[in-house]
Formats: sequence, C-alpha cells, structure tokens
Amino acid sequence: MGPNLIELATSPAHEETARLMQICNACRYCEGFCAVFPAMELRRVFEPADTAYLANLCHHCGACYHACQYAPPHEFGVNVPQALAERRLESYGQFAWPRPMAKVFDHNGLIVSMAVTAVLALAVGLMLLLISPTLFWGVHLGEGAFYQIMPHVVMAGIPLAITGFVVVALVMSWRRYWRATGGKWTGWRTGWQSVREAMAASASMRYLGGNNSGDGDGCSGADERPSRLRRYYHHFTFYGFMLCFVSTSLGTLYHYLLGREAPYGYFEPPVLIGTIGGVMLCIGTAGLWHEKRKMDKATKSLKTLGMDYAFIWLLFWVSATGLILLAVRHTGYMGLTLAVHLGFVYAFFLVLPFSKFVHGLYRFAALIAYASEHPRS
Amino acid sequence: MYTDQINIAETHWDVLVIGAGNAGLCAAITAAEAGCSVLVLDSAPRDMRGGNTRHTRNLRAQHDAPTDVLTESYSLDEYYDDLLRVTKGVTNESLAKMTLEKSAELTGWLGARGVRFQPALTGTLNLGRTNAFFLGGGRAMLNSLCRHAEGLGVVFRYDTEVSAMNLDDGFCEGVTLGDNTEVTATKVIATAGGFEANLDWLAEGWGDAAQNFLVRGTPYNKGVVLRSLLDQGIKPVGDVDQCHAVAIDARAPKYDGGISSRIDGVPFGVVVNKHAKRFYDEGEDFWPKRYAIWGRLVAAQPDQIGYVIVDKIGAGRFMPSVFTPISDDTLEGLAGLLDLDPQTLGQTVDEFNAACPPAPIDQSILDGKATSGLNPEKTNWAAPIAVPPFYGFPLRPGITFTYMGVAVNDKAQILMADGTPSPNLFAAGEIMAGNILGQGYLAGIGMTIGGVFGRLAGGSAARMLNKGTGE
Repeated sequence: MGPNLIELATSPAHEETARLMQICNACRYCEGFCAVFPAMELRRVFEPADTAYLANLCHHCGACYHACQYAPPHEFGVNVPQALAERRLESYGQFAWPRPMAKVFDHNGLIVSMAVTAVLALAVGLMLLLISPTLFWGVHLGEGAFYQIMPHVVMAGIPLAITGFVVVALVMSWRRYWRATGGKWTGWRTGWQSVREAMAASASMRYLGGNNSGDGDGCSGADERPSRLRRYYHHFTFYGFMLCFVSTSLGTLYHYLLGREAPYGYFEPPVLIGTIGGVMLCIGTAGLWHEKRKMDKATKSLKTLGMDYAFIWLLFWVSATGLILLAVRHTGYMGLTLAVHLGFVYAFFLVLPFSKFVHGLYRFAALIAYASEHPRS
Repeated sequence: MYTDQINIAETHWDVLVIGAGNAGLCAAITAAEAGCSVLVLDSAPRDMRGGNTRHTRNLRAQHDAPTDVLTESYSLDEYYDDLLRVTKGVTNESLAKMTLEKSAELTGWLGARGVRFQPALTGTLNLGRTNAFFLGGGRAMLNSLCRHAEGLGVVFRYDTEVSAMNLDDGFCEGVTLGDNTEVTATKVIATAGGFEANLDWLAEGWGDAAQNFLVRGTPYNKGVVLRSLLDQGIKPVGDVDQCHAVAIDARAPKYDGGISSRIDGVPFGVVVNKHAKRFYDEGEDFWPKRYAIWGRLVAAQPDQIGYVIVDKIGAGRFMPSVFTPISDDTLEGLAGLLDLDPQTLGQTVDEFNAACPPAPIDQSILDGKATSGLNPEKTNWAAPIAVPPFYGFPLRPGITFTYMGVAVNDKAQILMADGTPSPNLFAAGEIMAGNILGQGYLAGIGMTIGGVFGRLAGGSAARMLNKGTGE
C-alpha cells in the first residue's frame, strides 16, 4: 500500500475496531472465514485508514461472532460484526464528496426517506399541476404513449442532469477512499489482475459465505444457524439491478438508434429484460429486508439499520412501481403510475452518492487492495 | 415436543452426559444415533458452554495420505514417537495406540456431522501436516455439533452443575444437581473436564504459588465431578501437579484468557525474573516446541513472575500480543515501568549483548547463534538488545488444563481402584486424558483424545443398552 494522502480522524468506532483487531490478531481463529482476518494479519497497528479498509471488507455475516471465544459475556466483549458495521457507516461519511454531505450519513435513514418523499411529492405534484387532467388521466396507447404525458427531453433530461453530478460525486468519493487508505496502483499487469479478482469476488460474493475458500455455509443467524439466503437475495438484487441497467440502456439505443419510442411490447428485449430485472430486484430487496430483520440482534448495529432499510426499500419501490406501470400502462392510471415511478427513479438517482449504494464502491476498492495484498500463487 | 419443557428429573434417561464439550458431544451424538435418549448437562451458561473446547482450534490426526484437511502423511509410528517424546513414556501404551489409530476417522466423522475444517495448507501455524484446523476454531465446532445433536433429539441443559455423583460400589445411580434435584440414567458419561479453575486443588500440587497462576481455560472446570469420583473409590491416573502450563501475559484475565494471552517473544530477547536476572536458555528450541515448559519455569521464579525484554528489531519477529507491550526509549525507563531494578537490568542486558555472536540471526532455523560465557547461555538466535524502543512483556504461568483424572479401559469404562470396570460409568476428554498424556504437551491431542473416547463412551453405553450403534 502507498502513503495515505488523506488523514482520517479517529473516532469511538475506530477505537473500538482497533481494540478488537489487536485481540483478533493475537487469536486468528477466524482467519478462514473471510477477507477481513487475512488482511488484519498483515498489520500490527490499526490506524483509522486500516479500520476503514477492514470495515469495508466485512459483509456482516456474523460467523466470527458466533465462533468467538471472546464474545460477550467474556470480559473482552469482542463483537467484530457490530464494530465493523459502525466503522463502515462512519467511513461512508469520511469519504463522502462534496464534504458537507458527510453529515448525511449521521442520520442516513431519516434523510434518505425524507429526500425520497420530497422528490416523490414534487414529481407527482408538478405533473398534476402542469399536465391537463384529460391528458394525465387519459388512456394512451402505442409508440410514444409515455411522452404524451411528459416529453422525452424532460423525462430523460432530468436524470441525465443529475447523473453528471452523481458520477462526479461517486468518483470523488472513491478517490478519497483510495487516497485515505493508501491504495496504490501496482501497474497494469498486477493491477488488472487485482481488479479481475475483485470483480470475481464481488460477482460471487465469495467472502459472504463464512469461508474464504468460497463454499461456506453462509451467514450465521440467531442460534448460530447458517443460511445462504442472504447471499442469494443479494445476488437477486445485484443482478436484478444490472438487468434493469441493461434494459434502460437498450431503451436508449432503441430511442436514438432505431428511432423507436417506448412503450415497447412485453416481449421486446428492453421490456423483457427490465421485467425480469425488476422482479429479481423486488424478490432480492424484500428478502434482504427479511434476512436483516432475522439477523441475530447481538451482532446488529442500530446505527446502521436506518441506512440499510431506507436503501433496500427505495430499491424495492423503484422496481415495484416500474412493474406496476407495466401492468397498468394501457389504462387511465398510466399517468399517475408513471409519475410515482419517475418520482422514485429520480429520487434514487439523487440520493445515490449519499445512500448505502456507496457500499459497493468501497467494497470493490477494498477488494482490489486485498487482491494486491494477497497475490495468489 | 419442545425440549425445554421436559422435566429432566422426572425422566429416566438412557444416557446422561456431563459436560457439553467436544468429548461430551461426540458421546451424546454417538449414543443418540444408536437410538438412546440422551441428556447433556453443562455447568456453564449457553454462551460459555463446552468447557475448554471453546478455546481449542484443531485436532491431531493420523493419516497415511493427504486428505482435504491434512497435508502429506502422519504415520502411526511417527505420531506415537511424538507422544512418547513429550510424555517421556508416561502413557498407557495400548490405550494410546488405539487412540492414535482411531484418530484417522475423526475429521471425516466430524465433517459428516456439520463441523467445517480449514482447507489444508492455509493458516498461520505450520501444523497443516499433523493437525486439522476447525474453521473458526473450537466454538464454531461446538456450535455445529450442538446443532447436530439437537437435531437428533439430544436434550441440553446449561447453567446446570452436577454437585455429586451418586455411586454405590462403582455403580452410578444418578447425579445430584446444584439445586439438590436428582437426575437418573442407565448409563452415565463423565466428560466434565479437569480442575484447572480450582486454585485450591492446584495448590495441592503447587503450594502457595498456585494463587499467582492465571487460568487460560474455562472458569467452569472446577473438578467437582472428578473429585466426587475419586472420593468414591475410582482409580486415579496422573499427578496432581501435571498440567498444560505456558507462560502468558501477566495482564491477561484471571480466567478464560485463551489463546490470545500467549506471548511468542521469548526466543527473540531475554527473559528475566523480578530480580532482573536471566534464568533459562530462551533459545533452546523453536518456540512451539518450548512454550509449554515456560509456564513451569516462571512458576519456579520468585512471585511467579517473569519479563520478556526485546528491542525494536526483536519485537518485529513474532506475532503481536493481545496487550500492547510496555515500552520505553531507554532500558532504564523500561525497568522503571516494569518495576525492575534499572541497574541490574542494564547489567543483565549489557552482559548479554557483549556475549552475543556476530549478526545476523536466522529465526527460520536453529541457527546456533549462541552466547558465550553466560549462565545460562542462550543457544540460538542470540542478538543484542540495542535498538530502541525497548519492549517488555510481563509473564505469569497460565494453566490451560490439568492431567490428573480417572483411569479408563479401551471401552471408555471408568475403572475402580482394583481395576474392575464400573458397570455403567464412562469417561472421555480431559477428565481421562491423563491415561494417554501423562505429562508434556502435544498440540491438538487433547481434542483427539476427547473425540475418540467420546465416540467410544457413547458407543459402549449404547451397546450395553442393546441399541445399535450403526458403526
């Protein structure tokens, strides 16, 4: 790792993590579970940058808590999943850009929910106000039906305008993370190898199995019972999201390249792929919510639950309203459903860099660093 | 039926197992798989269940070819030679050979019951050839076995201490619990561990020094079951002062410190007593082969305390400790922090430095870089303690487990003083490990003994009840 170009402040969550890592580093029984412990073993001192790196390697599977000989009621009181969850949340604030937005992570669940509500109200309100009721509540069929209610320029222009800011904010946040944790580009050959390993680990969620050789029994729930459900639900969410992304991109190509305007038929690629993606996202997010509720409360962190739930539900409603729109687009409710769906989509874009979405960003960066620290022979 | 609604005193059990550690669970599972009704009692609360198994990490297993969890091969002869070397022959040859032979089946048997192992060739310790490591350590292993046992209908009661074994001429009529209720069973398997958490009992072997011992193991092994058995005519095995005692960080908790209280720095510096004098060859052999004698060495020093002194270079040569080392930029300053006489410590280190051979040392081999002219000499890895900052780690004897126990036969039956087996009492684990490990220490053999004798005890009990063992 290179020099840390940004000094991170210390904090109670950092100090607790550093205390635990000193205990864990003298024990090391958990080194087979995931990436966190092998990364820890390369370190003797734990600065805020180290704890941020370790926290972003952790999937919160809970296996190390239930395996821990030092977990409460032992006087060492070791609870790694909880400490890392809190350090992770805090690190999102430390890396957020623009800097004043760091505070958003102090009350993320509340702020994200309020922002979504506001954007939703604004979108529906403005459309009710600006669009004539006959148009809004009318039945529109055939190509360009959506754009009779809202011109394509406006519908696509709003997210496009936000996207510029979102991309800059995400890139700057990533850069802050990378500089603060001493990430170093090791050159194209080994660097690319690390990126490939990080991509493979992300795509398979290799370390969310309770076994870093890749075939673990899964998350450790209450009563220490292992379950792979959370991993599967995350796959549904992630790949569902990717399919929706592909669907949207295809729609754009249809619009500009083929000159064909939405809505498209149920079995045309943009709709078919989007429908599958949307259903997967609904199943995945609802499942993740359920799994999070079931999680052993000993390892939960109340501080992070608001952020977790707000993002899970936002994703759920983005996809659910999209599916509802698909179901009612030939009726007089198309206008209202479109307004609600667009409200959720716009809100999602807007809060993206300041929501739990960023976990993927830092997780991926941490996995690249991990891969370059632990070259495979 | 919800098992927590069963009144355990009103039920007559086929098999009662005392202790929910590795040995007890292997016994309970074997008996339950054969169709026995099984009750397991543990004196600890659920979170602290399983005695010292919670602090273990691996078991030592014989194998003739590489397996999924062990590399190369570890023959019966080599295993037995290792055992003879550490015990200096204080072992029961036939029981020992049987145990080592049966150790070959253990990882497969445990794996089939939900226990996960780390793949061979991973991990920090170079024991992948002889020892199979539990993924996540002993507590993870316990969780898997308990879950499996519950699935078989085994009933568990935690926070439930057995205060007396009710024996009539070697026949166990039942046990009395801490609240004076009685539990009865046709067969009783004692897997209740040793007495390392009973400082008064340790004092019988160690005198007043025992009060300064730290107990690395579980605080729940007070030896109540063992004492009750020995008081009622059961044949003892092993000496009262034999225990696994290593030198651990003196700042560790009085009980339950476990693995992380270990200090690995001894070979890379000097160790002095409270008078700031050296007292033993710190570089006699590789640390894994020597750490088990340092508990006794420190126990023999005044006030049972010692101090590892290393410099900046030495501190980089071993695994970090759970406690931040005490450090200072000067030796005098460090002596002050450790409550040692600065002049004597300075003199001890100066003499040591002057007696060191030319650099460098090589910690990967027995490099023969010995001091000359000291008493005692340091025979390997002798390098001057000269680069500040200087670090100090206080040491105390840390007891993990005791060796004195009950004598058993090859069916895990407990033997009476005259050598006849009890008709319905069995033992497995630490409470009988002294039959095989009379003294010394071999990493992972305790879990092997527990697993092998646990299965034997459960199987023998079931067979005597005319239940099929399925094996």
